[in-house]
Amino acid sequence: MTHETESQEVQKFGFWAYLMTDCVLFASLFATYAVLHNNTFGGPSGHDLFSMPYVLGETFILLVSSYTSGLAMLAVHKQAKNQALAWLGTTFVLGATFLIMELHEFSSLIHDGHSFRTNGFLSSYFTLVGTHGLHITFGLIWMAVLMVQVFKKGLPPKTTSRLTLLNMFWHFLDVIWIFIFTLVYLMAAR
Amino acid sequence: MTLTHFLFGRLTLAAFQHDFIVYSGVFSMFGGIITVLAVITYFKRWKWLWTEWLTTTDHKKIGVMYIIVSFVMLLRGLVDVALIRAQQATSVGSSQGILTPDHFQQIFSAHGTLMIFFVAMGLMFGLINLVVPLQIGARDVAFPFLNNVSFWLFFAGVVLINISLPIGDFSGAGWLAYPPLSELQFSPGVGIDYWIWCLQIAGIGSLISGINFLVTILKMRAKGMSLMKMPMFTWSVLCSMILVVFAFPILTVTLSLLALDRTLGMHFFTSSFGGNAMMYVNLIWAWGHPEVYILMLPAFGIFSEVVATFSKKRLFGYASMVWALAAITLLSFLVWLHHFFTMGAGADVNAFFGIMTMVIAVPTGVKVFNWLFTMYKGRITFATPMLWFLGFVVLFTIGGVAGVMMGLPAVDFQLHNSLFLVAHFHTMIIGGAVFGYFAGITYWFPKITGFKLNERWGVYAFWCWLIGFVVAFVPLYILGIMGATRRLDHYDPSQGWQGLFIVAGVGAAIIMVGVGFQILQIVVSIFQRKQNLDLTGDPWDGRTLEWSTASPPPFYNYAVLPEVSERDPFWVQKQSGKTPEKPVYKDIHMPKNSPFGMFIALFAVMFGFAIVWHILWLAIVGILGIMICVALRLSSDDTDYYVSAAEVAKIETARKVVA
Repeated sequence: MTHETESQEVQKFGFWAYLMTDCVLFASLFATYAVLHNNTFGGPSGHDLFSMPYVLGETFILLVSSYTSGLAMLAVHKQAKNQALAWLGTTFVLGATFLIMELHEFSSLIHDGHSFRTNGFLSSYFTLVGTHGLHITFGLIWMAVLMVQVFKKGLPPKTTSRLTLLNMFWHFLDVIWIFIFTLVYLMAAR
Repeated sequence: MTLTHFLFGRLTLAAFQHDFIVYSGVFSMFGGIITVLAVITYFKRWKWLWTEWLTTTDHKKIGVMYIIVSFVMLLRGLVDVALIRAQQATSVGSSQGILTPDHFQQIFSAHGTLMIFFVAMGLMFGLINLVVPLQIGARDVAFPFLNNVSFWLFFAGVVLINISLPIGDFSGAGWLAYPPLSELQFSPGVGIDYWIWCLQIAGIGSLISGINFLVTILKMRAKGMSLMKMPMFTWSVLCSMILVVFAFPILTVTLSLLALDRTLGMHFFTSSFGGNAMMYVNLIWAWGHPEVYILMLPAFGIFSEVVATFSKKRLFGYASMVWALAAITLLSFLVWLHHFFTMGAGADVNAFFGIMTMVIAVPTGVKVFNWLFTMYKGRITFATPMLWFLGFVVLFTIGGVAGVMMGLPAVDFQLHNSLFLVAHFHTMIIGGAVFGYFAGITYWFPKITGFKLNERWGVYAFWCWLIGFVVAFVPLYILGIMGATRRLDHYDPSQGWQGLFIVAGVGAAIIMVGVGFQILQIVVSIFQRKQNLDLTGDPWDGRTLEWSTASPPPFYNYAVLPEVSERDPFWVQKQSGKTPEKPVYKDIHMPKNSPFGMFIALFAVMFGFAIVWHILWLAIVGILGIMICVALRLSSDDTDYYVSAAEVAKIETARKVVA
């Protein structure tokens, strides 16, 4: 094993470890939501507030973005710079659309008087879903920085390994969203 | 919104007005800082400081910086001790003591926060940094730059908690800031916010360190060092870092939720609007109990090394030691509720956690017996590290038995939040963890500096600590059983407690004399270093790899990476009498220094300060600054370099000539 691939292995393992810490972070937020989700202080519950078709749309957009980021990685491994940039760009647009839809959902809730200050349930809802959104935001910034790098320097090993980590991050956020979709939205829809 | 409000948030001139005691603290702090800056300037050491230390990615130097900062913070924490002891010894009946109740609350909160996060954690990470890469035969940690960032985030936390002294005030809600007291409604000042953000920033540093050392130990061991051949200290650090990785995200979340309540008006833990304060207590202890073991396990590891070395014997029961560590790691996540049996979770829940608390004492007991069996029929040298170990065995057993007592829910209902509890956890953390760190510092000091610490002053310091500890804390056990609660700023003379409080104060004074001796020990050792030089690299007749390289080791640790075929490889090699063959040097891949860790910490301090005082623009500057630093670093390809084989040969020959 050359030194380069060895240090890439270590990097990937370290990133897995980081993702596990993020997993614990989300687990704590899920636990908080589970404890507080009935504490509506007399206000409406999730059942009354969430629009399922809208959230389903968000979900599909995020899932497709995970698929396109996979395609981007295939292009990266083929050293096809322009193709990689195109798929990264698609992923970025889909991710940004997801984020805008989420922010729109938040702002309409707040506009209707259901803000994060209203009760324990809404505090934990906004924080759980918002933390995922914050991760998506950082993912998008990271993606933009790497796209500039790919555009300027092509796909040398260092950039490729950074893209691999980003890809892991993006898939991870997808998995977290599946849990949010199930535990927050689907369980409220019953 | 006025311009001043925009510029300074809720920061006004009133934040700078304090009473006499705080002012003297502020002046001595600034006096210290100015003296240090003046000395550096006088000796023209700024460039050296910058290139050799502040921007370094060398794990040994980062370890030294951790330990220096922690020692300074230990002194600050001891000033708090003096005030607490003075208050409790004098504030009886008509006398109100030297402090107002409000100030007293801030002092015990600052004492707990400082000692756990900025002394114990700092000493622990310092020692881990110094030793682990050397012990596993590696040239550095897995992510040397992140290691530098971790240190600087730790330092940012230190800066923030110290800024709270001159500007504003500190939390008065205890070291864990339970809501609803810590909510805006009952603590409207900035104290809790300082507490939240100094811990949040330092905590993220700890989390990064946890990942870093986990990966270092799992991926960078010398060839042939399988997991069951690792030195016991490395094993204990591995278990401790697994705990960091699983526990610290919970702290991050808990502090964030409290900050959201206080800053954005949310309702996680408020007493109305559907908040649930119990949720906070569960979350903070789901982190907090593993945290106790995060501090404890590396101390266990240090004692395992010390006992084996100074008994000239293999560690007794290696495999059972490993299994005990693993069992403690797992069980430490299953006992958190024993911190609040009285909150009324019900008899069944209390019984479960009570039993788990008994169970976790078993592997701990296994370890103590293994150390004692290691000493059995050994040729024991009573050097200072060994003295710290013997003191530890006595205190740790007393503290452990007290802990098992409180693990019985029925007994705990009597002892909960009493001084008995305070005495118990001080016995565990001082007599357990801190004694371990002192043993470790004495043991590995010659490895890092090239000369041994003075034994005489070390022995004096040890006896002061041990005797002082007993005199200070045995009265607290008794007071606790008599019904004295913790955090007491005033009591009635009819209780008959004053005598015991005065005895406790005398004990604290004896401990402080011990700390004075430790400072003296370091000063004397530096001045007399020529008499204690370690030229062989192996001053204690050690067993593990770190003693096979020079003291101090070259910046690349090992000119040729070692290979290992059994436990205690260096001891085995010495026993076999074989001299290692003539080395063949290769190019060595090393990380470059980077200033970005410092810059990130600087922006983190700005961000924390801005949130505390509600200064929006500064918070944005802080966050953007951090993001730009990270992006610049991630885009940089100029992060490492090669030391050529010829260069290595030159350094190695020069070193041998000196020796």
